[in-house]
Amino acid sequence: MSEITKTTYQLPIGPIHPALKEPVMFKFEIDGEKIVDVDIELGHVHRAIEWTGMHRNPIQIIYLAERICGICSFVHPMAFCRAVENACDIQVPERADYLRVVHGELERIASHLLWAGVAAHEIGFDTVLFLTWEMREKVLDLIEYLTGNRVTKAILTIGGVRRDIKPENIPKIKETLKYFKDNYKKLSHVFLDDKTFKMRCMGCGILTYDDALKLCAVGPLARASGVKKDVRSDQPYAAYGDLDVDYMTPDKLTGEVNGDVYDRIIVRLLEVKQSIELIEKAIDQMPSGDIVSEPKIPKLLNYIKKTAGEGIGRDEAPRGEVIHYVKFDGENENPFTWKVRASTYANVLPWIPMLKGEQIADIPIVAASTDPCMSCTNRVTVIDKNKKYMLDKEQLHKLSVEKTRRLMR
Amino acid sequence: MAEKKTKKKAAEKTVETSNKQLSPEEVVKYFKDKFDTKIKSAEIKKRVTGSKKKEFVNIWMKIDKSIFKNFIEHLCNLTYPHLAVCCGNDMGKEIELVYNFSIYYGKHLQEISLNVGVEVPKSKPEIETICDWIPGALITEREKQEMLGIKVIGIPDSRRLFLPDDFPENVYPWRKDEQTKKEIEKLYKNLHEGVKKK
Repeated sequence: MSEITKTTYQLPIGPIHPALKEPVMFKFEIDGEKIVDVDIELGHVHRAIEWTGMHRNPIQIIYLAERICGICSFVHPMAFCRAVENACDIQVPERADYLRVVHGELERIASHLLWAGVAAHEIGFDTVLFLTWEMREKVLDLIEYLTGNRVTKAILTIGGVRRDIKPENIPKIKETLKYFKDNYKKLSHVFLDDKTFKMRCMGCGILTYDDALKLCAVGPLARASGVKKDVRSDQPYAAYGDLDVDYMTPDKLTGEVNGDVYDRIIVRLLEVKQSIELIEKAIDQMPSGDIVSEPKIPKLLNYIKKTAGEGIGRDEAPRGEVIHYVKFDGENENPFTWKVRASTYANVLPWIPMLKGEQIADIPIVAASTDPCMSCTNRVTVIDKNKKYMLDKEQLHKLSVEKTRRLMR
Repeated sequence: MAEKKTKKKAAEKTVETSNKQLSPEEVVKYFKDKFDTKIKSAEIKKRVTGSKKKEFVNIWMKIDKSIFKNFIEHLCNLTYPHLAVCCGNDMGKEIELVYNFSIYYGKHLQEISLNVGVEVPKSKPEIETICDWIPGALITEREKQEMLGIKVIGIPDSRRLFLPDDFPENVYPWRKDEQTKKEIEKLYKNLHEGVKKK
């Protein structure tokens, strides 16, 4: 290291890296251990899904949208279906609205638990990874029981859902929810009271209220900075309007908003609890009736073909607001335009103020704290002008683990 | 514990979101009073959902390009909007950009989705940046530059975002004209030939 003459040097991280479950490229300007500047490159998994979709009919797009993201496989088709329903004025039956809430919230629990495990792994707390992912298996089992598949559920269709929840399914749902209620305390104790978690996460990766608002942050990231923004509460969609969803901000638990990584953990844990309550409420209040407005697909497609119009569908994904825009020209079955805006797309810019001033060892936890999902939107080489050396993915993870160990001493 | 750092305060608020709330009709009137005929059309769409039939509102506006920047300024003064995304339609001679805003978020079931359409001629596809009012618009503006060939005037960062560096210049994948189709086909053809050779 003695040859280095520059005061700052560049540290590219990605496109493939363990903290980032999907490819994205960061270029850091580093001064010693401190991050001075960040640049982000996207597009490594741009699969031209929107372009492909403009050559498919709306029913085919539902299954294409489901494959935008491996975790949010409910919210993307949901936002697309809502966009088509808004554009073509299709009314969804009441029961389908409630069923959509149940499936959406199950996905939120699965996603937040997955994230909690990854966050624990990033700071070298692998026992917690196994604890949370064990819990996640339970919710995936329930999703499989209700829809037939763990991840790509193919549950949605335009104007409703494809599978009903029958009375004989209710005991299994209640049983799983009871398991979560029993174990929730353990989970929140591990994440919120543990000394190591507090040391690594408090005051780290701060996003201010102003930045969150100006940079259009969405989801738990924005809420952890005190911005009250949650599509489920902002506008009535599906049955959320009936269920009184509250904004989960960290001050509900601690009385103050810091906008750091720890606050993001609080928000997500509160939301897991909120989701459990929402599923219970939705199941209790679920009206009887049809689950889809038009079961005959050729008839539906013919109707859409004749309709000209544009619509947007907004939906609160586990990571934040997802918005789909569709436009039909009234002549073709295929949409004239289809635009997908995933939540990470909006949460990319807030990374910059969050990472500035932090240490290299904090990169994994800060990047992971937004729960990035690049498909909806390794190795590290450290290069300076005179010398080039490699820092592989294991080493960077090791740096993070070492920092935790150092703090614990 | 020596590594605990002192950092900027999180909860400081300088951006004020207005407490006064206008109804969808008043929002439309507010802009019509300001810009008169430059607002080409304005439509309020209301839909209901759930058992309690709660209502949500979409406002679709089409405005003239000449007032675009001024419109954004007035919108930011009315209440600080959240820009979800900017979408683009290739209409043949024009390219229509649709900016999807949401206003009055943070108030239970009071949010309004405001969709503002602006048409720019394809021969001179230029629009002013809104990054000075809403810095978060940068990503979507960069995407429109590379995908639709819009020139965003005054954009703070005009590099490509999603497309790779070796993607040909002057080919904009979301355009629907014959020339773009040909170019895209050419890219496809080369792709398959490459696979066959292997």
